[in-house]
Amino acid sequence: MTAAARRIAVVGAGMAAARLAQQVLAQAPPGTLELTLYGHEPHAPYNRALLAGVLDGRYPPEALTLPTGGATVRTGTEVTGVDTTAHTLRTASGETLPYDTLVLATGANPVLPPIRNLHTAPLGPAPAPHGRAAAPLGRRPSPPPSPWAAGPPPRGGTGGQGGGPSRSRPTGTPPAQPPTPADAHEGPAHPRTAAPHADLKQGVHPFRTLSDCTRLAEATATLRAKLPTTPRAIVIGGGILGVSATRALTALGIPTELIHQAPQLMERHLDEQAGTTVRRALESMGAAVYTDNRARALLGDEAVTGVELANGHALTCDLVVLACGVRPRTGLAGAAGIEVRRGIVIDDTLATSAPDVYAIGDCTEHRGEIHGVTGPAWAQADTLAARLSGKDPNATYTGAHSTARLTAGALEIAAFGEVTDAAGDALRLADGTRGAYGSYKKLVMRGDRLVGAILVGDLAAIGELTRTYERGEPLPPRPLDLLAPLPEGAAL
Amino acid sequence: MNQTAVPFVDTHCPYCSLQCGMRLRGLPSGAALPVEVVERPDFPVNRGALCGKGHSAAAVLAPGTRLTTPLVRDAKGGPLREATWDEALDRAAAALAGTGERYGRDAVGVFGGGALTNEKAYLLGKFARVALRTANIDYNGRFCMSSAAAAHRNAFGLDRGLPFPLADVARTGCVILVGSNLADTMPPAVRYIREMQENGGSLVVVDPRRTRTADLADLHLAPAPGTDLALALGLLHLVIADGHVDAAFVASRTSGWEAARAAAMAHWPERVEAITGVPVAGLRRAVELFTAAGSGMILTARGPEQQSKGVDTVGAWINLCLATGRAGRPLSGYGCLTGQGNGQGGREHGQKADQLPGYRSISDPAARAHVAEVWGVDAGDLPGPGVSAYELLDSLGTEGGVRTLLLMGSNPVVSAPNARQVTSRIEALDTLIVCDVVLSETAALADVVLPSAQWAEETGTMTNLEGRVILRRAAVAPAGQARTDLHILHDLASRLGHEKGFPADPEEAFTELRAASAGGQADYSGIDYARIAAEDGVFWPCPAGEDDAPHPGTPRLFLDRFATPDGRARFADVSHRPAGEEPDAEYPLYLTTGRVLAQYQSGAQTRRTPELNRAAPGAFVELHPRLAERLGVVEGEALALTSRRGRATAPARITTGIRPDTVFMPFHWPGESRANSLTNDALDPQSRMPEFKVCAVRVERAVRVERAAPSGTDSTPGAGSALPEATR
Repeated sequence: MTAAARRIAVVGAGMAAARLAQQVLAQAPPGTLELTLYGHEPHAPYNRALLAGVLDGRYPPEALTLPTGGATVRTGTEVTGVDTTAHTLRTASGETLPYDTLVLATGANPVLPPIRNLHTAPLGPAPAPHGRAAAPLGRRPSPPPSPWAAGPPPRGGTGGQGGGPSRSRPTGTPPAQPPTPADAHEGPAHPRTAAPHADLKQGVHPFRTLSDCTRLAEATATLRAKLPTTPRAIVIGGGILGVSATRALTALGIPTELIHQAPQLMERHLDEQAGTTVRRALESMGAAVYTDNRARALLGDEAVTGVELANGHALTCDLVVLACGVRPRTGLAGAAGIEVRRGIVIDDTLATSAPDVYAIGDCTEHRGEIHGVTGPAWAQADTLAARLSGKDPNATYTGAHSTARLTAGALEIAAFGEVTDAAGDALRLADGTRGAYGSYKKLVMRGDRLVGAILVGDLAAIGELTRTYERGEPLPPRPLDLLAPLPEGAAL
Repeated sequence: MNQTAVPFVDTHCPYCSLQCGMRLRGLPSGAALPVEVVERPDFPVNRGALCGKGHSAAAVLAPGTRLTTPLVRDAKGGPLREATWDEALDRAAAALAGTGERYGRDAVGVFGGGALTNEKAYLLGKFARVALRTANIDYNGRFCMSSAAAAHRNAFGLDRGLPFPLADVARTGCVILVGSNLADTMPPAVRYIREMQENGGSLVVVDPRRTRTADLADLHLAPAPGTDLALALGLLHLVIADGHVDAAFVASRTSGWEAARAAAMAHWPERVEAITGVPVAGLRRAVELFTAAGSGMILTARGPEQQSKGVDTVGAWINLCLATGRAGRPLSGYGCLTGQGNGQGGREHGQKADQLPGYRSISDPAARAHVAEVWGVDAGDLPGPGVSAYELLDSLGTEGGVRTLLLMGSNPVVSAPNARQVTSRIEALDTLIVCDVVLSETAALADVVLPSAQWAEETGTMTNLEGRVILRRAAVAPAGQARTDLHILHDLASRLGHEKGFPADPEEAFTELRAASAGGQADYSGIDYARIAAEDGVFWPCPAGEDDAPHPGTPRLFLDRFATPDGRARFADVSHRPAGEEPDAEYPLYLTTGRVLAQYQSGAQTRRTPELNRAAPGAFVELHPRLAERLGVVEGEALALTSRRGRATAPARITTGIRPDTVFMPFHWPGESRANSLTNDALDPQSRMPEFKVCAVRVERAVRVERAAPSGTDSTPGAGSALPEATR
């Protein structure tokens, strides 16, 4: 009884897909599985968590490559449709490929903020939902007939973390720009464009993919060479990504201003005092931070020349970086008739509503939760790998704690759980002398349990706090003891 | 029997892999002991220094402490009684032969030890392959450094504990010491660490506990047990990110870099922090210290090695050396701090299931042909590879498993993982034959006990952690009727029809070993007793040279090329994975096990040394004050630890020097306080090393319970227990 190798197709070649491939192939008996990743980006899977390090020159782009355990990786391959009955998928180049098991790891799209003049062409009215069976996955590139909707509009607010209300760009916009050289390496003969931000005004950069990152780095270098003065940048969005981008640009010597709609930075993860600590750190690195400010419009005709704020002020700049959060990419799943709410709905076995179709990572919604960070995505990948490889066919994913964690140069930030004072009793320790930018620590407790914590500037206690939180251990009688590095002398 | 051959005899310590030089002075008849230990300042490794174990080594020679008469058991469950050598040997030989005839040759097993001399290890392997013709021989070195040995061979094509003399440590720029508590386990080595620090070098210690060794460190990183693989990958990530890769070295002297780099990129600092609990700042500092100096060493011990991913973990640390060009160069490199006295030599000469003398593979036709010729047998008659130590022990007394076992120089009832299971397997044997110096907990279960001569009573070579072959010399005659192990093997072989080929004389055995090792990786053919004496030991490989140009030996390996076919060191393509057993709701804490200063391994010798027993009278459980507070436990209170495999009790020792999610227990004691009743028998897929260093336990205040139907040593009292009775 020799069964043919089971064909596992993974749509997406991001972090969750790479982790799944590496784990499945490390665990499965040799020769029992054929695993193929279909990625629309031109790159092999890479570590998205390190993109700010590419921007500031710490990592060469090729250094970010992730292991995939010897899986077949088809880069630049857009999957445009799935037939869950026939067990086939279709690619932009017209191939129809059979699968036995399908894994959707389509990731997330950056959210574009509602700012006037963001694009080179004026926006048309939103058409009715597209009638085609398949929505493309490509942020870039994708074939022209395809709409590039990121999926149904989010329910209950944005999926993003820093930018306030946002909207899905209407579908059906015709291609507005020729392909960039990076896009033109292969693929269909028709012009390739129409990715969600392909028609952004010149000088406006999302910050999600490796290509975004290298284009931004190239743009700064080009502007430096062209302009008589140092180019100026504005970052829109003050979540983790915006703070990280601001730090990286500042490290490159680019005068950078950060515009954030909420009253404080990283308000989804931090309390006011921590937000202020982060703000002061960015300011002492040389950045300007405007919280409680909304960008209303971009200035400039061809290329961006500035940003107009809702309060009427105008800031001049040569570059704009959009860091307004992400939203699950669910178009392909939705078009295939798979249940989608905010994300592709999965159960504890990572199964979607369609037979033999699973989903992992940023595109998913599990027990009502969507995540945009690596920890839960990899936990899902590990669980699915255990199931698909046969190592533990009964493995389940019941949710994962996620810690917001940012290293921005010498500034270290970690936060998890509920961090507002309303959530429970709070203990705070602030030390302006510690580390490069001072430190701030907060424990939030309910009864004898830790329900949340913030560490800024001094993370010696991070291991102790996350374990106490994740395992639900009772707090010690003197909760501040948790902040002592342990064992003594172990940390710094 | 106080016979002193000469007033002074230069020899080496009976304990750890440093094999410190020491001098024995004969004492007059009537003294409590036949010899006393004095300094031997001219030996280079320890320059006269000895720890308490070495100083008190002569105590095990005391009359009444050790075995002096063969013992046999007439019926299962009956007592051991004294017997003559002829009776005991006849009984042993009959069982070995009878089991083989009745159940097949592989139903006879041999279990050796890393404390045996090279000559014994060599002849024990030959005895198994030639006299018994069984594939089933392995030894307790599996429990010692087998993961490092496999990683060494994967990376460098050769396995020698240290690729340089220990004294080089004093002149390197940075040492990362991973899972080694050498300040307790090999104290005389500390001087080289201190000298290194005095010379401006820095010490980084990686250990879940703030040990005495960690106290010496410039930086101590305390990852959760079982996460040092992730830690090493995270450090490699930072080496790449911060531009510390020695690209020229990687290009010219290594292979496999791309895959190793990709694996490291999947272990970025913040993720490693989440896995290990070590803050990113600590990772950064470690990389700064390691890369700031022009040279550096990474030394591992049992911490990273005794895991079900031990080979991968050691490989990840080796990767760090290779990426930074800190290997194959003077004052740099990766090394393993071997544990047992002859952990090195013991694995080179054929008591390992898959190896023949000279570190040859038993599966290699050329190696088989060479060794068969030296042994005067047909290569086709040599058995193939057998199973590893734990698998061998786990097969005892089972259908198709080993039914008669010859055990020499090991005490698995105390030292094996999942020791309750191992003990019950041993009890299921048809016949257990034990050669030992003392009536160990395992010997106490034997059907035939053959009293061996020990360290000061016999001559033979050992190979220390540096790959330095040294000579232990007899100072006194064996006590009572004790015979050397070589003598015992000779006697057994004769009874099995092999009058020749098992010399009782150690130098004759060594001469044959040299020939068997010639041309192998661990080539001893140019080494003889006279050279060892004249040169303070000789480093292998040392092939036979010409008479007028003897090979000088090889103190430093890999300076020109690595021992791989293409001369390049190989990066390991490894990723972090969890331990075989992680804490959960039922067993919420990590248990890690290890050693204390005043005891050694299963304690068979040191628990019989009054001075050491006073210093370390029994087991204990180290736990953090916050954990103690949560459990409502005070210092000294009896704790019960429970794992999926067993239970152990010992008093609490509360210290801030341990992570609050981890408890520590030393493994030297039998009975109720036997740590190995708890440990996990999950094995590394390549080295077959059990996971001594991490398992999940529950900790409670001990409630005194009457144990139903205690069996074997489980019924032995715990801390400070009485020694097993010779007759019961």
